[in-house]
Amino acid sequence: MPCVVILLALNIGALTAVVARAEGWAAFRAADWAALRFTLVQAVLSALISVALAIPVARALARRRFPGRGALIVLMGAPFILPTLVAVSGILAIFGRQGLANQGLALLGVQGFTIYGLQGVLLAHVFFNLPLATRLILQGWARVPGEHLRLAAALGFDGRAMWRHVEWPMLRQVIPGALAVVFLICLTSFAVALTLGGGPRATTLELAIFQAFRFDFDLGRAALLALVQAALGIGALLLLARLTLPIGAISGLDRPAPAPGGGLPRLTDALAIVLAAAFLLLPLSMVVWRGAPHLPSLPEPVWQAALQSLRVAGLSVMLLALMTAALALAAVYATRAGRAFEALGMSALTASPMVIGTGLFIVAFPLIDPARLALPVTALVNAAMALPFALRAVLPALRRAEADHARLSAALGLGFGAHLRLVLWPRVRPAFGFGLGLGAALSMGDLGVIVLFAQTGGETLPMQLHRLMGAYRTADAAGAALLLLALALAAFVLVERLVGGRKGLHAGT
Amino acid sequence: MLELDGLAIRQGEFRLQADLTIAAGALVAVMGPSGGGKSTLLGAIAGFVGHQGAIRWQGSRIDALPPAARPLSILFQDNNLLPHLSVFDNVALGIDPRLRLSDTQRSGVMQALDRVGLAGLEQRLPAQLSGGQIGRAGLARVLLRARPMILLDEPFAALGPALKKAMLDLVAEIAAEHAATVLMITHDPADARHLCPQTLVVAEGRASPPADTETLLASPPPALAAYLGYR
Repeated sequence: MPCVVILLALNIGALTAVVARAEGWAAFRAADWAALRFTLVQAVLSALISVALAIPVARALARRRFPGRGALIVLMGAPFILPTLVAVSGILAIFGRQGLANQGLALLGVQGFTIYGLQGVLLAHVFFNLPLATRLILQGWARVPGEHLRLAAALGFDGRAMWRHVEWPMLRQVIPGALAVVFLICLTSFAVALTLGGGPRATTLELAIFQAFRFDFDLGRAALLALVQAALGIGALLLLARLTLPIGAISGLDRPAPAPGGGLPRLTDALAIVLAAAFLLLPLSMVVWRGAPHLPSLPEPVWQAALQSLRVAGLSVMLLALMTAALALAAVYATRAGRAFEALGMSALTASPMVIGTGLFIVAFPLIDPARLALPVTALVNAAMALPFALRAVLPALRRAEADHARLSAALGLGFGAHLRLVLWPRVRPAFGFGLGLGAALSMGDLGVIVLFAQTGGETLPMQLHRLMGAYRTADAAGAALLLLALALAAFVLVERLVGGRKGLHAGT
Repeated sequence: MLELDGLAIRQGEFRLQADLTIAAGALVAVMGPSGGGKSTLLGAIAGFVGHQGAIRWQGSRIDALPPAARPLSILFQDNNLLPHLSVFDNVALGIDPRLRLSDTQRSGVMQALDRVGLAGLEQRLPAQLSGGQIGRAGLARVLLRARPMILLDEPFAALGPALKKAMLDLVAEIAAEHAATVLMITHDPADARHLCPQTLVVAEGRASPPADTETLLASPPPALAAYLGYR
């Protein structure tokens, strides 16, 4: 299984390189301790805030029916395919120095605030993870049996009894998993810390690795930091492995939950929905609004970068398709090792992108100009990042198809090829398309490992956008952000349609 | 007396009409083909399904009341117990959803548990009970609430014949205690014969008035005959 080899080599090889090259503990400076502390603090706070805010939003969405509810739930999935830098641009347009919020405060004669630092990192992380947490908690609500809601009505539960006997017991099962997922995601935060954090007080380990590379070109220290980051990631994963991490699908939401009457619950629900929608929609609207006028006048290098991003995303999707297909089939068919294949795929990048990047750089640097590896390495790392999500979409569909139809295929005497083509592929295709679409958008918008490898001329669009933002070329940055948003969404839709086929074509039996 | 006066339910393509009365204290089986609307009819009486027309109990309308204020207890097919609460607490919910019980109320719960044969199991969680014991716990709450009507939406469908018969006997006992009116959905003519002197048929968009169970089963109307597999 070449994919397995690639994945293992990616993890183990990079880690070995990092270990071999890492300097002793003496090189771990005070600033590095601060980075370690900040990484943990921001991840914990991001998880707590995202989940705490998600509870009232999920509750309101679960028990109210209103026009636009379906659209809002779809929107809750959008941050997933939204490039980090696009979100950051939108957030800056609202909360930045020249943003709407500070302009409003200035009109009132109130002292403005700065977004840079912990508060900005948290704001961006909540922007990305509040929707995710909301979807996870919404699933908890969807799993409450309808009879329990009717029972509560039949026995006359008030708000407090409802909370105590129905809502809290459900939340107690859902919340730990949601916290863990957000925590793990924020642990490897790079692009957000790069744009909104920075400075000695707001640097994550991933960012510190990059800085050791870029500013000091101190490979030994970068490797040491990568080692700490890898240990942190593996430690957290082991610690949280006891929790079954929830998955982000939405099902069975349309069983009506009786909405409590009374003014106060109605008011709080309305408030939760309006605030959440505004928090998500305003930054995105600002990206479109401010970017549109500058789209036609974007300079040549931006278009070059867009082309490079398309190349990376294209290659990444192909790699992702191979890995997903191979691992999904192996997980279903390898009777003994199936679980191991599944586990490998689900935790494809145990080491974070920056750790992998550092390791690969250390291996490649003496042999070949790293800039020439920028494209394939980025595509490979992006594919490995997207693999768990693609597998989560494909594996259940494949298992169901196999469980439903394997006996029929055997009875009809279909060979493996025919079984694959006639039985499995039509059933799995929509999920496969969805998974690859996610991968395409993720790769299109990723600002990560590429920054270690690419030099001038080889930038991807997110990297170019970061340069424009850093150089205060506001107009070009606004245009580039909109272009990136459009390309990421288009990549998702196009790949999902092309690979997934028309929806509903194979519905039913 | 329970009156369904011009009751009409519409859910998309689905229609159900009912114009009938059921005497107070009657034990009535509700039979008919799957998807015919048996559960929907009970849901309307219990307050979960919107409808037109009036529902009256002893002459006064109850259809504007919230489910908890209606003079009835209902048992569903599944999930009558909350999985994280002990048997005692699950039954006590029937008195006070906030579970702040006086000593008298606590001993009332224990008596109800004793009556249904669950004495000594009050601290168990539902997952630690057998199917029959889960049914008994649900009935203990019905007993404790002592409402004049009992609606049973097939709560014993998953039990074996002997266990189901024991449950039906328990229902009969509890109903007799307060002279309660029972409406029981069932697929099994034997259940209807065992517990219910009367049966009402829900089929083809109509709930017909209750009729004598033996007579009905001996010469069923066409829809019921087809459902029962009679020729």
